[in-house]
Amino acid sequence: MLEIENVSKVFPGRRSLFGKSEPVVALDQVSLSVRKGGCFGLVGESGSGKTTLTRSILRLDVPTSGRILFEGQDLASLSPAALRHIRARIQIVFQDPYASLNPRMSVHDIVAEPLVIHRDVMGLDNRQRTDRAVELLALVGLGAQHLHRYPHEFSGGQRQRIGIARALATNPDLILLDEPTSALDVSVQAQVLNLLIDLQDRLSLTYLFISHDLGVIRYVCDEIALIWRGKIVEKGQTAAVFDNPASEYARMLIAAMPEVRSAATRE
Amino acid sequence: MASQTVPPLLDIRDLHLTMKSFDGEAHVLNGIDLTVNRGEIWGLVGETGCGKSLTGLSISRLVSTPPARYARGEIRFEGEDVLKLSESAMQRLRGRHIGMIFQDPTTNLNPSFRIGEQLVDVALAAGRHSPEILGLEARASSSARRMAARALAETMLDKVGIPNAAQRLDDYPHQFSGGMRQRVLIAMALIGRPALLVADEPTTALDVSVQAQVLRLLTGMVQEYAMGVLLITHNLGVVAETCSHVAVMYAGNIVERGPVASVLAAPAHPYTTALLAAIPTRGVKRGDLKGLAGTVPNLIQPPPGCRFAPRCALAGPDCRADVPPMIELGAGHGAACLRVASQTEAA
Amino acid sequence: MNAQGSVPESARRYALRRALFRFSQSGLSLVGLALVVTLLMIAVFGPSLAPYPEHLGGAVNTAARFRPPSLAHPFGTNELGQDVFSLVLGGTRVSVLAGLAVVMLGTLIGTVVGAIAGYAGGWTDEILMRISDLKLTVPGLILAMAVAAALGPGILNMVIAIALSWWPGYARLVRGEVMAKKEELFVTAARAIGAGPGRILFRHILPNILTPVIVKMSLDMGFAILTVASLGFIGIGVKPPTPEWGSLLSVARGYMPDYWWTAIFPGLAIFTAVFGFNLLGDGLRDVFDPKARR
Repeated sequence: MLEIENVSKVFPGRRSLFGKSEPVVALDQVSLSVRKGGCFGLVGESGSGKTTLTRSILRLDVPTSGRILFEGQDLASLSPAALRHIRARIQIVFQDPYASLNPRMSVHDIVAEPLVIHRDVMGLDNRQRTDRAVELLALVGLGAQHLHRYPHEFSGGQRQRIGIARALATNPDLILLDEPTSALDVSVQAQVLNLLIDLQDRLSLTYLFISHDLGVIRYVCDEIALIWRGKIVEKGQTAAVFDNPASEYARMLIAAMPEVRSAATRE
Repeated sequence: MASQTVPPLLDIRDLHLTMKSFDGEAHVLNGIDLTVNRGEIWGLVGETGCGKSLTGLSISRLVSTPPARYARGEIRFEGEDVLKLSESAMQRLRGRHIGMIFQDPTTNLNPSFRIGEQLVDVALAAGRHSPEILGLEARASSSARRMAARALAETMLDKVGIPNAAQRLDDYPHQFSGGMRQRVLIAMALIGRPALLVADEPTTALDVSVQAQVLRLLTGMVQEYAMGVLLITHNLGVVAETCSHVAVMYAGNIVERGPVASVLAAPAHPYTTALLAAIPTRGVKRGDLKGLAGTVPNLIQPPPGCRFAPRCALAGPDCRADVPPMIELGAGHGAACLRVASQTEAA
Repeated sequence: MNAQGSVPESARRYALRRALFRFSQSGLSLVGLALVVTLLMIAVFGPSLAPYPEHLGGAVNTAARFRPPSLAHPFGTNELGQDVFSLVLGGTRVSVLAGLAVVMLGTLIGTVVGAIAGYAGGWTDEILMRISDLKLTVPGLILAMAVAAALGPGILNMVIAIALSWWPGYARLVRGEVMAKKEELFVTAARAIGAGPGRILFRHILPNILTPVIVKMSLDMGFAILTVASLGFIGIGVKPPTPEWGSLLSVARGYMPDYWWTAIFPGLAIFTAVFGFNLLGDGLRDVFDPKARR
């Protein structure tokens, strides 16, 4: 479904009064393949390049070299109109549910906005958009009574559900989940993760799940890749990577992850 | 040390804190009892809005009053109630005897001074009162002290895992990433070897690899200097690997507390059980995780009786009648739940 | 924190209630509000409230020149025997409406320029901002005088003249706010959905920068009224017999200090208007941005 082929991104050094700073290599020959219907986990710490990669897939950034293919089509070769069509089929859920929703828009307007932007593809009138918004809220477990409320009235978990509803509006095939639960409490995180799993099964979605939390990735994803300083250092089936990490980095990460289980085996 | 005449390092008794806002007065802390001894690392866990941070801030009296008000209770630090101290006495306690680390590392370093200068200042101030921190005699010359302070700053920076510590001392805060700044702040809080360290989500913004390193440093310091630590976190994994004891907070109450091994292996309060069930641990199948429905209640009109009752699967009418007392389960493990009481009576 | 269990209240109503509560916490803001409301009422109904409406049209009563304040003429009479109280009431309309028009026009131009500069960045930003800097180097009153002189006298020309010297402040404010909001995650989210620049600017950025602009507008109203009066004072702007505070003051200047009432009352009117709008602006700022408080 999504092929990332040898993608590199180099941010040129900035020229200033005191000479030129070094160029920054954010992505270095990254290759990934996300299977249709799968949940692909991308694990990386801060500065690993995972954000640059998501921005490149959404074409908010343009890679320096390499190709990103969505269902065989090179995103770089598409006309602006074709790119807009693809945009409707690739959606994203952001990490911070507090900052990713416009505080001045009602839930209805937030969820219906993708439908308005892609009205040429979606072909819905005003009334139908409202119906769809109610349907989407129901899909993420929120009642229609929330339709005309504003983001600040909701808890973090509810806001993230609104963000998910917005991502689902255009019936996308691929959803990028950019740390969707790291701003939430564990109790809420579990609910949101289960919702995501349930939605994937019901709507046959493909997920690219980006996180630094190995526990979450292990729970949700079937395939994972570890990215470190712009390079993919390990790739494979989730269970295989956790049981037999091949790279030094993977071993270190798995060892460093704090687990509750260890309490029983302490002392 | 552990003779009966020596008061515990930190002893919070029946602490009630209310907070005034436009919507009314919220009962944000509702009778907190907590004792931290030297050598203990207490984890304070719970969902957002449970009062964890306010408990931590209260220890250094950093909650502004008003809008907050201490309705009842005391916070005894080495036997003295900090709520009754004068502001200047409190200032002497802060930093030197009670160290604080906060989650947000961006605002706590002065952007116009080098990292080294800021660390050296703290080291010198600490050395003025306890010269052994710098490893010098009290009469040592000021240049010798400066040298020692700088050496100590370098050691601490190295200990919190900053590479090339010696050179990085001359950098300014903006040259450090967020994670590195947080490590600098941790080094700064530990340099004076406070008797009690209150760390509010100190590693939440850090990568797991760095987090592990910082937590190891913390446990090392506790063993070496017999510090007491209150580690506020939402991550039970961190508690399991770092803490000796844990207190679980819900809506302004401590609902369960005790030694980590005992509480996490055999949680007695339904809230603790629910929190643990929500963690994606090894072996949990996809879709099998148990979330906890509902949110922390509005504390302006908290639910009557047990504040967790509205979200609790085991709750009955008796739970809504009265605030459940803390029931001792042995070895310091206790839980404030009527269901625990009926179980222990039956047993 | 949203109240649980209670009857759900709409977000807007709650926000309004909360804003009113915060606003009413400060007595001075309430004074400002009262002054501004009174002023606007007088601007609308002033001429019909005037005890001597014929004086507003230019009628004179030479028999009653320079009468000191009395029951019949609370503010006294001027050199033409006109009732100063009536003139001040009548002048409110011109002064307040002209001030309002200046601020609105200035805001409009400034917001458009600032939004384009802040959103587009790069060369567009450079050029637009240098133009606005240029405006800032010339004192506003001098520029307004020059423009008014070129366009000829008249209320509309005066308003245009002042507005042209007024917009750079708004352009700077809006540009800064737009640049800050452009980096917000919800704007990135909108871009990721596929929203175009127009939608992002009008739907996502501008609604979120409205409050500082409104606050600046209310703070500026006083100065705009003052500027209108200043131009009236130097004789550019409104022509007699239409009463206007600045020109009333200008004429009265020659009769000071013997006939002080002819000058003091139009002056007090200007002072009250400026003061009222400033208090209101401060109050609004406290409501919208409680962090700026002291």
